[in-house]
Amino acid sequence: MRLRNMRAALASLLIMMLPFAAQAVEPDEILDDPVLEQRARVISADVRCVVCQNESIDTSNAGIARDLRILVRERLVAGDTNDEVFAYLVARYGDFVLLRPPWKAETYILWLTPFAIMGIGGASILVMLLKLRSKKAAGGNRLSDEEEVALDAILGTKSKGTNL
Amino acid sequence: MKRVIVFIPFAIAIAIGVFALWGLRADRDPAGIPSMLISKPAPQFDLPSVEGVSVPGFSTADLSGSGGPVLVNVFASWCVPCKAEHAVLTRFAEVNNVTLFGINYKDLPEDASAWLENLGNPYDRIGSDLDGRAGIEWGISGVPETFIVNNEGIVTFRHVGPILSEKAQKQVLAALRDAGLTGENT
Repeated sequence: MRLRNMRAALASLLIMMLPFAAQAVEPDEILDDPVLEQRARVISADVRCVVCQNESIDTSNAGIARDLRILVRERLVAGDTNDEVFAYLVARYGDFVLLRPPWKAETYILWLTPFAIMGIGGASILVMLLKLRSKKAAGGNRLSDEEEVALDAILGTKSKGTNL
Repeated sequence: MKRVIVFIPFAIAIAIGVFALWGLRADRDPAGIPSMLISKPAPQFDLPSVEGVSVPGFSTADLSGSGGPVLVNVFASWCVPCKAEHAVLTRFAEVNNVTLFGINYKDLPEDASAWLENLGNPYDRIGSDLDGRAGIEWGISGVPETFIVNNEGIVTFRHVGPILSEKAQKQVLAALRDAGLTGENT
C-alpha cells in the first residue's frame, strides 16, 4: 500500500516536472552537427522571446521565436562564438532580449539589492543577539542582593536565593 | 541616535510605497521594449517589391536623401490592426504629404496585393519581407510597427502597435515634423 502511494507521488512529481522539459524546437530547425545544436539550445534557453516575454525562445511557439532560433543556428554555422551570437541579438533587441541581465552600470541596483537587504537583515539580527547577550552577562533577570533583602522584608519570610 | 533609528522602518516603508506608485503609473507599459535603433542609422536590408504591386521595393539607401523623413510601416494583410491603421496612414500620406514606405512582413504576395487593391495603396514603396529577416533587423516584436527615419538615414522614432488613438497620431505627426516634415496641406 505504502509502495503504491510512493509510486503515485513519484509519478505526479514527474508529471509536474514536464513543463520544465518543454521545448518548441521543431525537427526542421535542428542542426546536423550535434555540438552546434547543443550550443544553439544553450543560447536559446537564455534568449527572451520578445512577444511572449517571460519565455525563452527555446520554449516559445511564437513565430518570431522560431525565426530567432533559426537565426541563432545560422550564426553558429557561420562560425560565431556564443558571445557573438548574443551580441548580434542585443544589437537588435537590446539587453531586454537576454533572460540573464548583464552586469553593468545600469544593472548594479538589480544585482546588488538582494545582497544589501540580506546584509541589513543579518546586521539587525546580529545587533539584537549581541544586545541580548550583554544583557544576560550583566546579571540577566536575577535579583540583586538589595532587592532580595527588600523582597524578604515585604514577604516577611527568610527564604534564600529566589530564582525569579 | 536612537530617535533616528526609530524612523528607519518608516522611511523604508515610504520608499517602497513611492516605488509601487511609480510602478502603477497609467502611462507606464511594463511590457514595452525600448528600441535599440533610436538615434542610430537604419539597419541594413534590401527588400524586393511585392509581386503584383506597382510600387518598387527598397533598401537602406532609399531611406535617406529624399529631402525629408520617411515613415516606415511594418504591415501584413493577415494583421487585423493593420487594417484599422491603414486609414490613418492613408490620411498621413494624402493630407500631411508624408513619404510612406511599407515592409510587407511575412505576407504572401497575392494576399498583399489583394489587400492593397481592396483598401488602396498609400505606400510610395513596399518591400516584401517574406522570411521576416528584415523585421528582425528592425527589432520588431510584432505587426504593425512604425519607424521614422530622417533625411540622414537616422531612426528618430518608433511606435509599437497600430497608430489609432488621437494621442498616437499626434505623437507620430509631431515626431515627423521634428524629423523635418514639410509641405503639409493643412
